[in-house]
Amino acid sequence: MKFLSEYRDPQRVESLVRRIHEVTTRPWTLMEVCGGQTHSIVRYGLDRMLPAQIELVHGPGCPVCVTPLEMLDAAHRIAARPEVIFATFGDMLRVPGSETDLYGVKARGGDVRIVYSPTDAVELARKHPDRQVVFFAVGFETTAPANAMAVKVAHDAGLGNFSLLVSHVLVPPAIEAVCSAPHNRVQGFLAAGHVCTVMGYVEEYPGLATRFGVPIVVTGFEPVDVLHGVLLCVQQLESGRCEVENQYSRMVRPAGNPVAIATLREVFDVVDRAWRGIGVIPGSGFALCAEFAAYDALRRFEVAHRPVAEPAECIAGLVLQGVKKPGECPAFGTRCTPEKPLGAPMVSSEGACAAYHAYRREPAEAGS
Amino acid sequence: MCLALPMKLVERREFDGTAELNGVRRNVSLLLVPEAVLGDHVLVHAGSAITVVDAEEARKTLELIDSALRSEP
Repeated sequence: MKFLSEYRDPQRVESLVRRIHEVTTRPWTLMEVCGGQTHSIVRYGLDRMLPAQIELVHGPGCPVCVTPLEMLDAAHRIAARPEVIFATFGDMLRVPGSETDLYGVKARGGDVRIVYSPTDAVELARKHPDRQVVFFAVGFETTAPANAMAVKVAHDAGLGNFSLLVSHVLVPPAIEAVCSAPHNRVQGFLAAGHVCTVMGYVEEYPGLATRFGVPIVVTGFEPVDVLHGVLLCVQQLESGRCEVENQYSRMVRPAGNPVAIATLREVFDVVDRAWRGIGVIPGSGFALCAEFAAYDALRRFEVAHRPVAEPAECIAGLVLQGVKKPGECPAFGTRCTPEKPLGAPMVSSEGACAAYHAYRREPAEAGS
Repeated sequence: MCLALPMKLVERREFDGTAELNGVRRNVSLLLVPEAVLGDHVLVHAGSAITVVDAEEARKTLELIDSALRSEP
């Protein structure tokens, strides 16, 4: 597996761990932004190999987790309509809204289909001209360009029966929100590698690093990548630097992917977005721009905004901001499980709670 | 959701292609990587290639890590 197995090599892992122990003289708190990195860390037990002074806190980079309850409810209402084929990534099916989830909608006769790419959803629209095909566009900057491209392809093909339910979110405003929070403990960031594959890291990250005095290291997802990112970040902290560095240069160019960025600018506008468990973050998401507004499912199906309350016991918001660990939740593994979740981080493949549950971190240990 | 894997491009068509990892082949959109050529490794996310893997940078990163390993006391 070229470009994968080299980064899972146990010898490299060992030597990086040794280096990290050598350079660490003080306690440091780092945040890995992306839920994919969280899963890698918990799955391989990377955090347990680090010096006790280094704490990794898990970031908000789980798009499924931060999709607001109102948006999930809107999805469920649209998916229940008889004329609709609701196409979604599999991640979203079990995420609880205020009344049901997409499995529930499907069980009651809704036509909910799992697709692997937005292109598959466009194909559905082509095959079923008599139906309305709605694609649930959830995700960060990594996922947004292909969705933008799908809208363009549908537009060019004259597929008037295709639309997007857009709930895209952006990483830099979330980093800013974490740094600005009064209870923030994060001193350095492992930035989400694949988000930077699309957006690069020269536009927004240097300003954040300087303004908040935090090193930001663009980091990949394999064990060697994550540990290398930790090493670079700790080296910066130990020497009092706060720069933007790129650990993941095989996949990330400084200016990102220009074609993807141009497509995003053509199809989407940057808008304020509500993050589940966190609240509204200014300029933190995408919505379809005026030219493509006709493809907006919220507009097409006139779904009214209906504010709803979160389950009182779920601490997802605090977990997503790195303030609490999953094991500190009294419901973890008992009243909240992947089969019957209270909150989205327990079901998403990138959710911190799901990672702790899947890799059997016991509550007492997980909370330590 | 940001999961992406490097796959080898084994067929190149105008807007899409076939990519392979561990013997598994799948169709991938190449609309976002017009520069990709046959034999490249592309990073595939949700059915779309989002970049071409930079083999030279990959080599340099590993060399950097391995030289740190060798220079240890």
